[in-house]
Amino acid sequence: MRRRLVFILPVLVLIALIGFFWRGLYLNPTLVTSPLIGKPVPDFSLPRLHDPKATFDQNRLKGRVSLVNVWATWCFACREEQQMLLNLAKQNVVPIYGLDYKDDRQSALRWLAERGNPYTAIAFDSTGNVAINWGVYGAPETFLIDQHGIIRYKYIGPITTEVIQRELLPRIHALRREGT
Amino acid sequence: MKPWIPVLGCVLLLVSRFAFAIDSEPPFTNPVLEHRYEHLLQEIRCLQCMDENIANSDAPLAADFRRQIHAMVGEGESDAQIKRYMVQRYGDFVLYKPPLQANTWLLWGGPFLLLLLAFTAVALVIRRRSRLADQEQSSR
Amino acid sequence: MIPELGQLALVIALCLAVAQCFFGIVGAQRGHFIWMNAVRPAAVGQALFVSLAFVILTYSFLTNDFSVRYVAENSNTALPWPYKITAVWGAHEGSLLLWIFVLGLWTLAVARFSRRLPQEFASRVLGVLGLISIGFLLFMLTTSDPFTRLLPPAAQGRDLNPLLQDPGMAIHPPMLYMGYVGMSVAFAFAVAALLGGRMDAVWARWSRPWTLVAWLFLTIGITFGSWWSYYVLGWGGFWFWDPVENASFMPWLVGTALVHSLAVTEKRGAFKSWTALLAIAAFSLSLLGTFLVRSGILISVHAFATDPRRGIFILAMLGAFVGLALILYAWRAPMFSDNGGGFKAFSRETFLLLNNIFLVVAAAAVLLGTLYPLVLGALKLGQISVGPPYFDHIFVPLMIPFFILIGIGPYVRWKHGSVPHTGRKLGWVAALALLVGAVVIVLLRAETSFIAMAGVLLAAWTVFSALQEPAQRLWQRLHHRHAGLGRSVLGMSVAHVGAGLMILGVTVTTMLGITVDRVFTPGSSLTVHGDQYTFEGVRDVSGPNYQAVQGTFVVTRNGRPVTVIYPQKRQFRRDGTTTEAAIDAGPFRDLYIALGNPLGHGAWSVRIEYKPLVRFIWLGGLIMVLGGFIALMDKRYRRVRVKAIALDVAATPEEAGRDLTREPEH
Repeated sequence: MRRRLVFILPVLVLIALIGFFWRGLYLNPTLVTSPLIGKPVPDFSLPRLHDPKATFDQNRLKGRVSLVNVWATWCFACREEQQMLLNLAKQNVVPIYGLDYKDDRQSALRWLAERGNPYTAIAFDSTGNVAINWGVYGAPETFLIDQHGIIRYKYIGPITTEVIQRELLPRIHALRREGT
Repeated sequence: MKPWIPVLGCVLLLVSRFAFAIDSEPPFTNPVLEHRYEHLLQEIRCLQCMDENIANSDAPLAADFRRQIHAMVGEGESDAQIKRYMVQRYGDFVLYKPPLQANTWLLWGGPFLLLLLAFTAVALVIRRRSRLADQEQSSR
Repeated sequence: MIPELGQLALVIALCLAVAQCFFGIVGAQRGHFIWMNAVRPAAVGQALFVSLAFVILTYSFLTNDFSVRYVAENSNTALPWPYKITAVWGAHEGSLLLWIFVLGLWTLAVARFSRRLPQEFASRVLGVLGLISIGFLLFMLTTSDPFTRLLPPAAQGRDLNPLLQDPGMAIHPPMLYMGYVGMSVAFAFAVAALLGGRMDAVWARWSRPWTLVAWLFLTIGITFGSWWSYYVLGWGGFWFWDPVENASFMPWLVGTALVHSLAVTEKRGAFKSWTALLAIAAFSLSLLGTFLVRSGILISVHAFATDPRRGIFILAMLGAFVGLALILYAWRAPMFSDNGGGFKAFSRETFLLLNNIFLVVAAAAVLLGTLYPLVLGALKLGQISVGPPYFDHIFVPLMIPFFILIGIGPYVRWKHGSVPHTGRKLGWVAALALLVGAVVIVLLRAETSFIAMAGVLLAAWTVFSALQEPAQRLWQRLHHRHAGLGRSVLGMSVAHVGAGLMILGVTVTTMLGITVDRVFTPGSSLTVHGDQYTFEGVRDVSGPNYQAVQGTFVVTRNGRPVTVIYPQKRQFRRDGTTTEAAIDAGPFRDLYIALGNPLGHGAWSVRIEYKPLVRFIWLGGLIMVLGGFIALMDKRYRRVRVKAIALDVAATPEEAGRDLTREPEH
């Protein structure tokens, strides 16, 4: 009987593997979970896009729930996303801050003038150094920051209406309730 | 199924993928630092174009990573410090050589554990077979 | 109209495959002779209709029929005609058709050369192959039809992926598929033997040449792919441990183990159930490779465009085929194990067992490394990357003992070896290897690490020990003493020499190669390993469907000209650029230059590599292939007598083995 067990082993290995594959088919291996979730926003200090002399730093992100959206004019997916952000900004539920990532200042200003500006304020990261501290690896990416300046959630890829309804708004409301 | 045939994915998104790391930074004059720098580039994964290390990747993010690592090597930080810096921001995913920790014990130990098990099995088989050989000889 | 005929051909092939499978397996089970007689025609018909579909798709490519979506996506009127043929397998649907076509070729070969086999057995083998055909044809017709029309037709095609516009495309995928799919024959033989309840030396003898041929193709495919990626990808690497490369390496490792364990089963009737398991595993890993590449489950530069339905379909197919085979194995294999006779600890059997263990553990390590990130992800235990550094670390300690054993194994007698005998044969080989290793290390004097020394020593040991036997036989023959050398022994020696040369190439290139990335402006120069590279600027050149810039590098050594190298950067009409590295190849070193990016003012980023003995890697692979080919020419494979089948399993395996190996020629 014990000998039989040895011969059954390959079947068991196969079943386990197929189980993992099945799960794996529904996972996206290109989404990298950020280790910064649950940690305070990294310290940074960047010039503002509209006013290079003014600075934007982590203190700006404390006190209320906010979104930080990483974007750039060279980013194709950011185009579609911007409409969604404009809609969200109109609802006035949450301030949206922009992190303009490795961009050209003039084209960025033109883009906002032409397409509308959903952002409360925009930090201008021309080198991408601050983005590395934030663990950014592409655009667009969106961070949800709580009242204490702690990163609570990160969405990778362009935001859609569905993402706003399913992922962002419920979390924003929950954080608000938590805070009061 | 088709090795060496990059068909889709980031290949088509980036204009030129199979170029490599040349940056504006001058090479280190100290060969030890240069060697360390190049070795580190081999072990860091480019997250923008997912299946390349940053030494071979032409993606802008890889260039940023290289610049950062170049600066850190120049400032005298150790390999461990540099890797920790990357992991704190991008997670273990950024390392091509997984660190030895609770969730990778099986990865690093697995092959040798398996080898040990196999040796045990072989030893048992040989013991049985060599008895059989003795019997065959004595019965002859 | 023509493309619809292609579709129809696939549907007819599917019907015939169902007949082939049903009559083959059920007919044999019931001993129904009329049914079994129908198997071979059904199999031949199936293969012919699949071939017809393949020809039709090729025809659509050659005639620029852009009303076929697949053609429109992967071809272009400006594409040179040889690439129009290779474009047939340039993307998912067509390469799947190539897979099925290759399976058809193997089916034809089995149908043709299985007449000497007992009818029941042959029809079971063809039945199992038919089942595999059914699976893949269904997959193709439901999720990946290459003949789908594009309405309205495109005026012009998108062109073939630029990276695939290379002569390598004509050889690498077909060879690799011949190898992958060829493992299905060994699989079918094993399953047929399990179904029939007979698994003996005769079975091993039948499977051995088929397995060897598949192994040969797989070896050619991988070796060639390694060479291709070296010059086409522009990194100067020869192996990247990419998940998709691993997917072809695993069946190769297990296939190599199988070739060796079949030797034991054939000669000594031992390890039957283990051999059967390896036969099942080798093909299962081929299927696994298909799944990994075509499902998008892993991150790879090689992955095909993905559609979730495809992933689920292949997974189901994998589960069904492998699951059925393994259940059958769990049920039947315990019945006919253990009549293999005894052997002592120091014997050929032991060494072959160890060979199998190292190869299988190596394959398991590759599997573990490839799938580990997936498993952690599925269990939500973290996200990690397993890359080349991991595989290098695991492989070195596994391969060192393995190559030591390769040298010894062939000089140990079956059943009861003698240490002094083996020692006498190998003593001077070991001394010579040490001597040569020492000389090489002193000569190189470079930053010889422990691994570099171990690699050179092992390579010398492997090559010399493999040459010992043929050299001794040759010596004896020269002195008029009669001593024949069987083709299979010679083949083994040659293959082992190839393995040794490959190790040498890998070690020396990796350890002593030099890579320099630098910025060059016209007129500037750089010295790498004694060679001075002077950049003379770039100029524009144009090809049939691309524009390119070509750099000129003059290489001199001590003021004397060595060569001029012209690397290119090609911009294709389809959105893609390729880096055409230029290589000055030599038997002992390659000079390798790839153009990076323009940096303005005529400056370019450039990668220069000095690669010592890199050719030995592929030379080693080809010599392994040659060895396999010689072994295949062995007398006893040319004619398997029907009488041999009459040998009962009950006969002691030792006798069976002896009888088979000394069977007289007709």
